[in-house]
Amino acid sequence: MTTFDIFQVVLFLGVLLVLVKPVGAYMAMAFSDTPNGVNRVGGKLERGLYRLAGVRSDEQMGWRRYAIAMLVFNMLGLFAVYALQRVQQWLPLNPQHFDALSPDLAMNTAISFASNTNWQAYGGESAMSYLTQMLGLAVQNFLSAATGIAVLLAVVRGFTRRSTDSVGNFWVDMTRSTLYVLLPFSLVIALLLSSQGVVQNFKAYVDVPLVQHTTAVETVKDAAGNTVKDASGKDVTKQTTVTTQTLPMGPAASQIAIKQLGTNGGGFFNANSAHPYENPTPFSNFIEMLAIFLIPGGLCYTFGSMVGDRRQGWAILATMLLIFIPLALGAIAAEQAGNPALHGLAVDQQASALQAGGNMEGKETRFGIAASGLFATVTTAASCGAVNAMHDSLTPLGGLVPMWLMQLGEVIFGGVGSGLYGMLAFAVVAVFIAGLMVGRTPEYLGKKIEAHEMKMASLAVLVPCALVVICTAIAVMTPAGVAGVANPGAHGFSEVLYAVSSAANNNGSAFGGLSANTPFWNVLLGVCMYLSRFLLAIAMLAMAGSLAAKRHVPPSAGTLPTHTPLFITLLACVVVVVGALTFLPALALGPIAEFLMSVR
Amino acid sequence: MTTTHTPVHGVRSFDRELILKAIADSFLKLSPKQQFRNPVMFVVFVCSVLTTLLWVQALTGHGEAPTGFIFWVTVWLWFTLLFANFAEALAEGRGKAQAAALRGSRRDVVAKRLAAPYKDAAITYTPSSELRVGHHVLVEAGEQMPGDGEVVVGAASVDESAITGESAPVIRESGGDRSAVTGGTRVLSDWLVVRITSNPGESFLDRMIAMVEGASRRKTPNEIALTILLAKFTLIFLLACATLLPYSIYSVQAAGAGNPITLTVLVALLVCLIPTTIGALLSAIGIAGMDRMIRANVIATSGRAVEAAGDVDVLLLDKTGTITLGNRQAVAFMPAPGVDEHALADAAQLASLADETPEGRSVVVLAKERFGIRERQLEEGHAEFVPFTAQTRMSGVNIGTRQIRKGALDAVERYLESNGSHLPPLVKRMAEDIARRGATPLIVTEGVAALGVIELKDIVKGGIRERFAEMRRMGIKTIMITGDNPLTAAAIAAEAGVDDFLAEATPEAKLKLIRKIQAENRLVAMCGDGTNDAPALAQADVAVAMNTGTQAAKEAGNMVDLDSNPTKLIEVVEIGKQMLITRGSLTTFSIANDVAKYFAIIPAAFATTYPALNALNVMKLATPQSAILSAVIFNALIIIFLIPLALKGVKYRALGAGALLRRNLLVYGLGGIVVPFIGIKLIDMLLVLCGLA
Repeated sequence: MTTFDIFQVVLFLGVLLVLVKPVGAYMAMAFSDTPNGVNRVGGKLERGLYRLAGVRSDEQMGWRRYAIAMLVFNMLGLFAVYALQRVQQWLPLNPQHFDALSPDLAMNTAISFASNTNWQAYGGESAMSYLTQMLGLAVQNFLSAATGIAVLLAVVRGFTRRSTDSVGNFWVDMTRSTLYVLLPFSLVIALLLSSQGVVQNFKAYVDVPLVQHTTAVETVKDAAGNTVKDASGKDVTKQTTVTTQTLPMGPAASQIAIKQLGTNGGGFFNANSAHPYENPTPFSNFIEMLAIFLIPGGLCYTFGSMVGDRRQGWAILATMLLIFIPLALGAIAAEQAGNPALHGLAVDQQASALQAGGNMEGKETRFGIAASGLFATVTTAASCGAVNAMHDSLTPLGGLVPMWLMQLGEVIFGGVGSGLYGMLAFAVVAVFIAGLMVGRTPEYLGKKIEAHEMKMASLAVLVPCALVVICTAIAVMTPAGVAGVANPGAHGFSEVLYAVSSAANNNGSAFGGLSANTPFWNVLLGVCMYLSRFLLAIAMLAMAGSLAAKRHVPPSAGTLPTHTPLFITLLACVVVVVGALTFLPALALGPIAEFLMSVR
Repeated sequence: MTTTHTPVHGVRSFDRELILKAIADSFLKLSPKQQFRNPVMFVVFVCSVLTTLLWVQALTGHGEAPTGFIFWVTVWLWFTLLFANFAEALAEGRGKAQAAALRGSRRDVVAKRLAAPYKDAAITYTPSSELRVGHHVLVEAGEQMPGDGEVVVGAASVDESAITGESAPVIRESGGDRSAVTGGTRVLSDWLVVRITSNPGESFLDRMIAMVEGASRRKTPNEIALTILLAKFTLIFLLACATLLPYSIYSVQAAGAGNPITLTVLVALLVCLIPTTIGALLSAIGIAGMDRMIRANVIATSGRAVEAAGDVDVLLLDKTGTITLGNRQAVAFMPAPGVDEHALADAAQLASLADETPEGRSVVVLAKERFGIRERQLEEGHAEFVPFTAQTRMSGVNIGTRQIRKGALDAVERYLESNGSHLPPLVKRMAEDIARRGATPLIVTEGVAALGVIELKDIVKGGIRERFAEMRRMGIKTIMITGDNPLTAAAIAAEAGVDDFLAEATPEAKLKLIRKIQAENRLVAMCGDGTNDAPALAQADVAVAMNTGTQAAKEAGNMVDLDSNPTKLIEVVEIGKQMLITRGSLTTFSIANDVAKYFAIIPAAFATTYPALNALNVMKLATPQSAILSAVIFNALIIIFLIPLALKGVKYRALGAGALLRRNLLVYGLGGIVVPFIGIKLIDMLLVLCGLA
C-alpha cells in the first residue's frame, strides 16, 4: 500500500468525522417535536402537508399500526414503480422511445427500489425513460431512505419511551426525514456534483463522431442463434467499423445525489458511478463516497442525542469504524498488491509517479487503486451498492471484503436508518451475552432485554443470513440459476454468492459476470430483497413496541456500561463472529479458494 | 463466605453412587421426548440417528464414506448426547438424593385432631393425609408434626433437624414470631395445639421436595431468552451446513475435481458448530444454582426468585442480627451529678433483674463485672416487677417504697414530668451524647430522681463493613432498617458502612420504602421473620423469610432461610449472579470454540475439490478424517471437562460490571478460541498414535 493510498483513507474518514456531529445534531432537531430552529423554518410547510394529506400529526401509533402503515405505504410505492415501467412507452419524457420492461424485470426493479436495495437487472440508459427514472426510481430513492429512518426513529423511541404502547407517527417521521433531511441534503450534493460535470438535462441521446475509429469483429449467427460455419468449418466473422458513439443524457445529477445519500445505489447509467457523466472527477468521487456515509454516520450521533447519552452514539460509530477501517485498508492493500498471476511476467504492477500500480483491471484510471478500493468498501459497508469499479475484476481478497461486508448484515454504517437499527439488533445480542457474564439480567439503554427482545433481535440477525445461504443453494442447484454464471470454478461461485448476498442484505451492488436479467434471477432476488427489508423492519418494530412498554431501569455500578472500549470491542466481535461463522464455509468455496489457488 | 452451613443431608457432588445413578440416567434420557425440550441437543440427537443409519448403509457396502470413519463419528455423536444427559442427571441426582432424605421425614402419621382449638377438646384420630387447612391438632412430646401450622396454644421444644439440618431443638410457642411449625418436625417436650395451615401436598416439605427434585423447575425467563439465542445460532449453523451440500456439489462441477462433501462430514461439522457445550450444560447450570441455594440452606420457591436475586439493586437489612451482633450490650454506667456510680449500678441491676431481654441481662452482667454486685433473689411480696409496656416504654421494680425505673430518654422525661419533676439537663446531655455515638442511653430513676444513664451499645459484626464495600462495587445499595432513633441509626450506619438507613422503622415505613425504591424501577431484596414483616416481604422482589419466623412471613417470602441467618441475603444475591455468569461464560466459550473447529473441518471437507484450502489447516492435522474426528471428539469431551464448572459455577468476584466482563471475556472468550486449537491437535496426535488417523 502506498502512502497516498493511506492519505486518501485518512482524509475521507477525517472529513466524515468532522461532519458527523453537525449533521447528527441537525437531524436530531429535525426529528424532534420540541420547537427548534429547524421546525420554526419548515413548520408551516410541514403542517400544510399534513393538512393536505389529512394526517393528524399529534396522533401516536402502536408498533403494529406503525408497521402496517410502513408496509402499505411501501407496497403502494412498489406498485407505482411497477406500473410506470410497464406503461412508460405511452408517457412523456421518453426521447429514446423505450418500450415497456418485461413483467419480471419490472417487478424486480420495483421491489429493488422500494426496499432500498437498488439492484439493477436493467441498464438505465438503455431501458428507462426519463419519466420512469425521475418519477419512479428517484422518488423511491427518497421514500425508501425515509422509511429506513422512520423505522429507526421508532426503534430509538422504544428505548427512550417508558411504559407506553406508542412508538411514534409513521407519517410524521416520513415527512420530516424527507423534508428536512433528504431533500435539502440532496440539493447540496446535486449542485456539487453538477459543478463537476454530472449531466442534468432532458435531451435526447447525442451521437458524436469518434476521434479514433474502432473495428469490431463478431461471429455471424443464424436465426436459431447458432454460429455460421464456412466450408472449412471455421466460424464466419463480420467486421464492423465504428465511427460514432451515442452519448446518453438525462436528469442524472438530481438522481445521483439521493442515490448516494439515501444509500440506494441505483445508478442513472448502467455503469453506475464508474460512468464519466455520473462521477466525472476524483472530487465528485470523494463527494459521492462521503454522501454514502453522511447520514448513516450522522444518525449514530442523532441516536446518542435522542437517548440522552451521546456516548452511546459514539460507541456505535466507533464499532462501525473498528470493523470498517481494517477491511477498507485490507481491500486497498489486496488491490495494490496486484494480480499474483502476473508476477514473474513482464508486467509492472508497482506504484510509481506514472501509474497507480496494482490490479487496475475494471477500475477507472481517474480514480486509481485507493479511490476504487475505498469506494468498494464504503458502498458495501453501507448498503448503497453504487460502484465506481467492476467488483468482478477485484482480486480474490479485494472482492472478499465487499462481499463479506454485505454478509455482515449491512450494519457497518449500513442503509440509511436500517444500518443503525440492524446494529442495534446486534447490540441487543451483545448486551445479552455480556449482561449474563456480569451476572445481571441484561439491559440496554435502561431497558431489560428479555425473551421477546431476544426473539426479535435473533430474527433480525437470522433473516438476511438465512436468505443468503438458502437462495445461493437454490441458485447453484437449478439450471436456470447456473445458466447466468459467466466464469468457471470458485470465481463463478463467488458471482452467485455475491449477487444473493447483495440482494438479501439490500445492498444492490453487482459483482458482475452474472446475467441476472432472467425470470429466475429476477424472481429469486426480488423475493430476497423484499423479505429481507420488510421482515427485518417488522422484527425491529416489534422489538421497539415491547421495549417502549417496559419501565426504565436506572443504571448502577452493576450495570454494564455500553459506551466503553470494552463493549465496543465486544459488539464488533459479535458482528464479525456471526458473519464469519455463518459464511466461512461458503466463502471458502469462493474467494478464499480462489485466493489460495492464485498464490500457489 | 464466612458463614458455615450444615447442608441438609451432606450429599456430596461426586459420590460414587450418584455418579453411577447419573450414568444410568444418561441412557434413559436418550428418549426423543426428553431430547426435544432442548433444541440444541435435539439437533445432535437427529444427527446421531442419521449417522447411525449411514453407518448401517455403509455396512451393506454402499457407504458414502469409509465404514470405520462413519462408525467413530457416530460413536462420538452419541457420546456427546450421553455426556449432556450425564451433566443434567448428575445435577439432578444431588437434588433427588436430598429429596429422598426429606421424603423419609414425611411419614404419614396419625394426628390427634381436636374438635375445638384447646387442649382438652375431643380427639379424633385422623391420618395426616386427611388434614385440611383450619383443622386443629394436638401434638405431644415424642410425636411428629402432622403438617404445617401455627401454634394456637402451648409452648414446646421442637426438633427441626429434618428440615434445617440443625440438631439443637428450638422453642415453638403460641403468639409472637415463633409460632410457625413445619410438618415432619418432632416435638421433644411439652405439647402444642396447632392450627393446620396447608393442605396435603402443598406443605413446606412438599414444596421443598419438589424444588430439590426439580419437578416444579420451569425454565426461568433468562433461560428462555438464552435458549432463543442458542436456537438462533443452531438454526444459522443448520442452514449454513445444509446449504454446504449444494455448494459443494456445484463446486465439484465448476472446478471439475473431487467429490461432494459427505453427509457424515456435514453432520460432524454441524454438531461441532452448534453451541452444544452450553446446550448440554444449560439445564445442569440451572439445577446446580438451585442446588447451591439448598446447600446454603435456602429454599427458593422458584428458579425465577433465584435469578431475580442476581438483579437486586437494593438490599434492605435489619440492623439487629445482620449488621450488629444480635443485641445491644450495656457497656458503661454514667451517674448523674452527686450520684455514686456504684449506687447507679446497683439500682440498674435491681431494675433489670426481672428483665429477661438480652439488654436487661447485659446490665446485670455489667454491674456484676464492674462492682461485684451479685444477682439477688428478691423475695416475693417485697418486690414487685414492673414489666415493659408499649404505653410506658419503661420497666423496673418496686421494692418496698423504692420505685426504680429504667427507660428511653423521652419516656423517662415524660414519666418524671408527670410526677412533677424533671430530668436534670446534664443527664439529658449525657444521654444525647451517648445517642450521638450510636449507642443507646437508658435512664435509671429512683422515685423522681434521675440516677444516671446506662450506655447500651450495638456491636457491629466483624467483616460486615468489607461485605458492604463489596456490595457497593457490585452496584448494590445497602439500607439498614432499625427501630432506633435517627441519631443512633446514623452512627451505626456510619460504623457499618451501609449506604443509607431507615430509622424508627415501622412495618408501614418499611413497606413505603420498598414501594418508593420500586417506583424508581429498582429491585429490592429483604429478609424478615415477623408477621408484621409479611406485607413488606410480599412487596419485595426477593424476600427471604427466616425459618424461625411466622407462617405468614414464610408464605409472603419467595425464599426461606432454614438457618434463619439474615446475612444470608448477601449470599443469595451472589448465587443468583453466579448462575447468570456461568451461563454467559459457557455460551461465550461455546461460540468461541467454533473458530478452531472451522480450521479443522473446512480444509478437510473440501480437500478433494480445492486442495489449496489445506493452507487453512493451521493445526497440521494428519488426515482429513482425523481432523474431522478430532473436532467431534473435542466437542464431546469438552462437555465432560466443563461439568464441574457448570455444577460449581464460575467463581463470582465482587467487581464492577466492566472489570468483571473484561475478566470473563479474557478467560472464556479468548480461552474459548485458544483451547480447542490445542485440544484438537492433541486428540489428532492421539488418533495417529492409535492408528485411527
